[in-house]
Amino acid sequence: MSGKIRALPWKGLLGVWTTLVIVLSLALPMVARPEHWYEFPIVPGLEDKARIIFFHVPTAWLSVLAFVSSMVYGIRYLRRKDLHDDVRSASAAGLGLLFCLLATVTGAIWAKFSWGAFWNWDPRQTSIFVLLLIYGAYFALRSAVEVEEKRATLAAVYSVIAGVVMPFFMFVIPRVLESLHPEPLLNLEGSAGSIPVPKLQMNTTMLAVFLASLAGFTGVYYWMWTLRVRAGTVELRRATEGEDRD
Amino acid sequence: MTPHPAAARPSWIRSALSVFRKDWQSELRTRYAVSALLMFVLTTIAIVLFALGTEGAPAHALAGMLWVVIFFSGMSGLARTFVTEEERGTAMTLQLTASPSAVYTGKLLFNLVLVYAVNAVAVLLFFFFIQGFEVRTASIFLVTLFLGSTGLAVMSTLIAAIIAKANTKGTLFPVLSFPLLLPLLLAVINATRLSAEGAFFTEALGEFQVLISYIGAVLTVSYLVFDYVWKD
Repeated sequence: MSGKIRALPWKGLLGVWTTLVIVLSLALPMVARPEHWYEFPIVPGLEDKARIIFFHVPTAWLSVLAFVSSMVYGIRYLRRKDLHDDVRSASAAGLGLLFCLLATVTGAIWAKFSWGAFWNWDPRQTSIFVLLLIYGAYFALRSAVEVEEKRATLAAVYSVIAGVVMPFFMFVIPRVLESLHPEPLLNLEGSAGSIPVPKLQMNTTMLAVFLASLAGFTGVYYWMWTLRVRAGTVELRRATEGEDRD
Repeated sequence: MTPHPAAARPSWIRSALSVFRKDWQSELRTRYAVSALLMFVLTTIAIVLFALGTEGAPAHALAGMLWVVIFFSGMSGLARTFVTEEERGTAMTLQLTASPSAVYTGKLLFNLVLVYAVNAVAVLLFFFFIQGFEVRTASIFLVTLFLGSTGLAVMSTLIAAIIAKANTKGTLFPVLSFPLLLPLLLAVINATRLSAEGAFFTEALGEFQVLISYIGAVLTVSYLVFDYVWKD
């Protein structure tokens, strides 16, 4: 948020970092029994398709992070009535929509090759679909209100309601649909359903590259977010100056 | 909420009830919402009938159809309570005469009564027209209908308050409501399917827990955020 930090070094470092992550995640070989530090273990049933984890999971993580931070800034707007908080909230939501689309598309392409269809209403696909709908509704609402303060208030309220409703999907969807999605990384219990689901057993190298990718993507998100906030702040200033002249 | 001696305001519950009575009387005069909702119910049931033709459909598909009818009829009429206040320009007067939570409670009561009445008719018509839809476990069906209608009214009252302040009121209502009503719809469709299959009452308890906690959570957040939506 403080734009006074000299920007270049951390952005250059981020460039090197993400380049390394991309190269490593694509180039390191996958072998059945990793013996050297540079080898990934094979995930049974996925093989090279498991590499999507380095890109798909960070985008999905960011679409949720953006949603939460948009909601937090929305609540802050409601408390302090500072339009800058609305700019921060809307910027986060815009990026959230972008990453949500990326997660949906990469997931669908992966599903085509792993499950045989781009879309089959897997619980994960259903929940990301709902997240897309909520983002879409959020921006439809924003575009329908002209007065800035009112728009900011209504958008913040909507994101709060959405934030309250979202957890219910975690309880409802598994009761209705059965999942084929690979188990999340930190869930070590394995699948509970009747269908065998690929389990990701990472070794240290794979985990390190994965976490580095997560950190790198989050850095890119933060960078994009600050850019959008700066642009939004300029627009806000221009709008208020325009009002003063009139 | 606490009555202030200087301002001779009616108590919170009484002003909520008078908001409800006001809406009720204006509804009795125009019958706008009821006729819109019922016509929508009839229209959607007719479309379902034409789509099915003479073939009929499995019970679980028909259970979903019933909620399609209920959802869309709700979307056609439940926004009226707040939209009319803005259209007639009476929102300001209401803001001056009643506390926000009293207004919300009055509007919610009105929408609840409306939804219960219309859904009762919708279910009767659905049974009457759609062959092959039968309920084996009536207790599950009735509880589902009650909880589903309540949740629908609670959520759409809040969304109606939001869209009343927007420019494109009509189209925005279903767009904003659908993703937020989806957990409710998934749970009620599942429970209705269970009732059509003749499951035991205890098998649907999970759905009821989801529905009750959904209603509780949405009701709580409604009272928390309604002030921001309502005050200009």
